[in-house]
Amino acid sequence: MDNLYRDFILEHYRSPHNKGTLDPHDLHFADSNPTCGDEMSMTLRLDEGRTGIADVAFDGRGCAISQASASILTDELRGQTLDQVREMDPKHVLDELGVPIGPARLKCALLSYKVLQGAVRGGEVAWPAEAEAAG
Amino acid sequence: MAVEPAVDTLIPGGFSGTAIRADFPMFDMPTRSGKRLAFLDAAASSPKPRAVVEAIADAYSHHYANVHRGIYELSEDATARFEAARGKVAQFIGAPSKREIVFVRNATEAINLVAYSWGRTNVGRGDRVVTTQMEHHANIVPWQQLTSEVGATLDYVAISDDGRLEMDDLRAKLAQGPKLLAVAGVSNALGTINPLAEIIELGHQAGALVLVDAAQMAPHMAIDVAALGCDFLALSGHKMLGPSGIGALWGRRELLDAMPPFMTGGSMIIKVTMEGAEWNEVPYKFEAGTPAIVEAIGLGAAIDYLQALGMDKVREHERYLFEHAWAALGEIPGVRRFGPADPSIHAGVISFVLDDIHPHDVATVFDAEGVAVRAGHHCAQPVMLRYDIPATTRASFYVYNDLDDVEALTAAIRATQRLFGS
Repeated sequence: MDNLYRDFILEHYRSPHNKGTLDPHDLHFADSNPTCGDEMSMTLRLDEGRTGIADVAFDGRGCAISQASASILTDELRGQTLDQVREMDPKHVLDELGVPIGPARLKCALLSYKVLQGAVRGGEVAWPAEAEAAG
Repeated sequence: MAVEPAVDTLIPGGFSGTAIRADFPMFDMPTRSGKRLAFLDAAASSPKPRAVVEAIADAYSHHYANVHRGIYELSEDATARFEAARGKVAQFIGAPSKREIVFVRNATEAINLVAYSWGRTNVGRGDRVVTTQMEHHANIVPWQQLTSEVGATLDYVAISDDGRLEMDDLRAKLAQGPKLLAVAGVSNALGTINPLAEIIELGHQAGALVLVDAAQMAPHMAIDVAALGCDFLALSGHKMLGPSGIGALWGRRELLDAMPPFMTGGSMIIKVTMEGAEWNEVPYKFEAGTPAIVEAIGLGAAIDYLQALGMDKVREHERYLFEHAWAALGEIPGVRRFGPADPSIHAGVISFVLDDIHPHDVATVFDAEGVAVRAGHHCAQPVMLRYDIPATTRASFYVYNDLDDVEALTAAIRATQRLFGS
């Protein structure tokens, strides 16, 4: 248990980074976790060339895993190009969380990834295969 | 297999959950955490006693053939066992005749059968159907589909702050002359035991038929449909120690006789020509195709097991555990409990939220403590809306639970609060 809820996960949960809504913004997407109904939205601002991410924020309420995942993921997006984000492997998000995620919680961990992909691809994307174990 | 109810020193006249635990092979399995499993999720689906598992193995091993078809000994044997199970269900709920028991997959299918067959025949444009805000989605969505398809209106009876049906609102909704009132005997999300006798009488006075969703009731307390006077009743086998994939619809004979088939095919006909078909009599008219033969036999074994314990004692046992757990949770700061505090109208189900910790986090920490609970909206999202919460954590008791499980529950709550620093 202490493996899953390590201090840094709880820190991100209690004091999430990049929480809120950017206004104005260039990209916006919202999605939900069908297991629990938790909703998450993301807003992004692009750089001058409109090919990279200048700023990002996420909003919504959810469990510690989904909130920490969104906090950690959004932290590393500034300066990345949209193409880089589109090609991001969902495994990378799980690696960054760095804690063992059981099948029942994979959608919690990957909701931020799904919302981000929806934003940079301009529409809803399917759940990554990794999350399908959760049914 | 006969079960001798053990005498519990804690519940006068009752049985010992600790002793009953030995009847359930699932509790022999080691948990991931290495801790004693406190299984508090019967309301989702119950573990199976050895008697049920053995009845299933025995039926497949020694008594299996298709039913109602074969002119040979094995088929006659299987048919007799399958039909005996139907008789057990009828007797279990006080149905006047086993012909009024239709085997279905689960309570969801039972309600859909009524919504499609009775509903599409009897509910039309401008008519009304009444359900309640505390229902499981299984007793909401089929009525939403029916009413939107035929141009009828679906009304919801409101619930009080402490999780009871608002009887004045029920009267108001009934005053509009609905064709049907569909109501749960026990709420799966709140644990509320509804005053069914009164509700059914009010429904009939208003000229409505009354369907009871007994999925959370049949496993936990005695039911007598003849005394209740309802018109339809739905139950699921898997929540009452039986196998998954089997449930029952009970309906009054004259209603079932007048209803068209829900699904069609083999078994449910008397005669088929290339021009058409004549329907078999009830209940076979509603049982198209080869039924869940062994699952029905398994359900019969589950009923035998429950009746050996005695349904009144099952209810007392759960009431005892509920009272202890409700009080124990009330003593922990940060726990918000839902449903009525009165143990006479609250089944062995406690829905709660813990500080502002998400129920999924709660359930994950509980799992590591050896405590299995349900976290989520419990397929009752209108209930979550009513209390403006996304989800709850739900602990539900059954025959194999004991005070050690209640203690494990409170210990898991404290462990969760420690971890989240609340």
